[in-house]
Amino acid sequence: MVLNIRTMADYLAKGEMPEYLFWVGCAGSFDDRQKKVTRAFCEILQKAEISYAVLGTEESCTGDPARRTGNEFLFQMQAMTNIEVLNMYQVKKIVTACPHCFNTLKNEYPSLGGTYEVIHHTELLAQLLKEGKIEISEEREEIAFHDSCYLGRGNGIYEAPREIISQLQKDLKELKSCRTKGLCCGAGGAQVFKEPEPGAVDIQVKRTEEIIESGVKKVAIACPFCMVMIQDGLNKTGHDKDIQVVDLAELVQKAMK
Amino acid sequence: MTYFFQFLFIALLASMSYLIAMRFKGILATIRLSQPIQLSDQPIERWKRVFLLAFGQKKMFQKPFVGLMHFLIYIGFILINAEILEIILDGILGTHRLFAPFLGSLYPLLLNFFELLAAGVFLACLVFFARRGIFKVQRLQSENHSELKGFPIRDAYTILIVECVLMAALWTMNATDAVLQSRGVEHFQAVGSFIISENLIPFLDSYSTDALFLIERIAWWFHIAGILGFALYVTYSKHLHIFFAFPAAYYSSLKSSAYIPSLDSVTHEVKLMLGQPASGEAAPTNLRFGAKDVMDLNWKNLLDAYSCTECGRCTDQCPANQTGRSLSPRKIMMDTRDRLEEVSVILSKNKGQFVDDGQSLLDKISGEELRACTTCQACVEACPMELSPLNIILELRRYQIMEMSDAPAAWNSMFSNIETNQAPWKFNPSDRMNWTKS
Repeated sequence: MVLNIRTMADYLAKGEMPEYLFWVGCAGSFDDRQKKVTRAFCEILQKAEISYAVLGTEESCTGDPARRTGNEFLFQMQAMTNIEVLNMYQVKKIVTACPHCFNTLKNEYPSLGGTYEVIHHTELLAQLLKEGKIEISEEREEIAFHDSCYLGRGNGIYEAPREIISQLQKDLKELKSCRTKGLCCGAGGAQVFKEPEPGAVDIQVKRTEEIIESGVKKVAIACPFCMVMIQDGLNKTGHDKDIQVVDLAELVQKAMK
Repeated sequence: MTYFFQFLFIALLASMSYLIAMRFKGILATIRLSQPIQLSDQPIERWKRVFLLAFGQKKMFQKPFVGLMHFLIYIGFILINAEILEIILDGILGTHRLFAPFLGSLYPLLLNFFELLAAGVFLACLVFFARRGIFKVQRLQSENHSELKGFPIRDAYTILIVECVLMAALWTMNATDAVLQSRGVEHFQAVGSFIISENLIPFLDSYSTDALFLIERIAWWFHIAGILGFALYVTYSKHLHIFFAFPAAYYSSLKSSAYIPSLDSVTHEVKLMLGQPASGEAAPTNLRFGAKDVMDLNWKNLLDAYSCTECGRCTDQCPANQTGRSLSPRKIMMDTRDRLEEVSVILSKNKGQFVDDGQSLLDKISGEELRACTTCQACVEACPMELSPLNIILELRRYQIMEMSDAPAAWNSMFSNIETNQAPWKFNPSDRMNWTKS
């Protein structure tokens, strides 16, 4: 599919306003694996005829990793700069594929002057599927879902990802630790940007072992950092050939007619 | 002679009440040193939490069996203590079973109920003994969790033993009472025998009336002195949660567990830097960024530390701890409480003023522990009282990063990438739209 991506500046130049701002996030913009997820999500939006725009080069890190290390200065610099841009474009609704961007935009920007309706891409995808806005072809398969901390525990989103899987007529295999007890992939709190502290085993390896135990051939995630970590866990345990990690957007895009 | 015991009882009651009051005063004094935080919005929602989390123990029932056992002790504790009122009045007035004539046939019914509750407490304590000592529930073992070594593990067993002994005293008291009643001893009005303690009567029947009288009095004094002593001991123990679980539930955060509140002092500085009007935020009063010591934390953090029961559900769920890292959320809570106890001693030695002792909370918690946290909030989710070790970790991290500049090199590179390239990695910001191309 040929993607027709427009920026907020493009819309503004024509005096138009998109329904959603798609906040791509740094991983979605720069990480080669996650770029595929970004493109898959855009294909779905385009197919479902959702009007959306991206900020393009005007987008900047939300500041989440800085805040979680304790670097409040850097976080607030990023937040206030971003809020200035978002408010300039009078953004009302934001959709993002990153639970960390999602949490920061939704929960942490309001107190600094940036209040928007923020949804995670799994919420939008579940809604589009439910409303029949996306036609899908069924392909039964067993699939596990790895709950992201910032989606589940952080924001109570447990159902939307599971609804997507059931809407696609796939069989969900719950992992040993799931939902409120979902085991972290090990990336959060800016861990992904440094070497882990001394320990017996990498967190992502422990999480991956649960996925291996579950016997699935495919595990769905909904976070770019979970993607990195679970893939790393599979590589380290030598299961990268027989278990595939996919974002839920990719799953929907693949099933799309 | 009666007056002597009345006097002795009043002296005991008064001195214990004084000591307990002083302890709470000391605890509140340390909490008062802390930073402010607004947590009194949405009172209806907050009361709902008190009923669900504290009274209803909703999250304890996520482990149904343990939840039930804990509920037995809790309900026994609350209801049996209603009998304390009678015991205290009897002690002061030199009466015996003061309420019996007023309550009539309801009195034996109530006491039977209390005896059954006591059996529930006794049973639950035995189960908890077994879980710690025989079945070796992993999160309760000091071999696996160094923060439990010494006092904490002794504390846990002490409480269980004391509870069992107190319940045994209650039964002994009622059983001897029943025998003395049947012998028509003056002072012992006929209220009958009770469901559990009547089983002890055959063992006591052979004793002389004098001996029984002595046993009854010893059990009575042991029971009430035990309860008063326990109330004082509790203020030093992890069992302080029996009082603090209620305010802790009321003031628990209604926001997402992933939400980190803004540091106003930083907002002030950042707005000045960006040339925005900074009138909204007051100029920072606390010039320290983040927390080095307990007084840099907010009062809810400190209330949390005093409320923690050291059950270790947080540590059990912590991904860093599960994978052998030094971080244990329970240890963070215990270290905070230990430091608070030290500060309390400093305050009482210096007429309520804090004098720097050259120590701080960061002497107890290492940078390695703080850096191991993935902020996954599993600890907050696991806590039956929704206490937050995570908030304390994040405040200490702020101090570590902003005041000590103690960050691993990789984090420093990430910071400068965000500053110069607007992304945590070193990509050219003008390439941000390249994903559209292929």
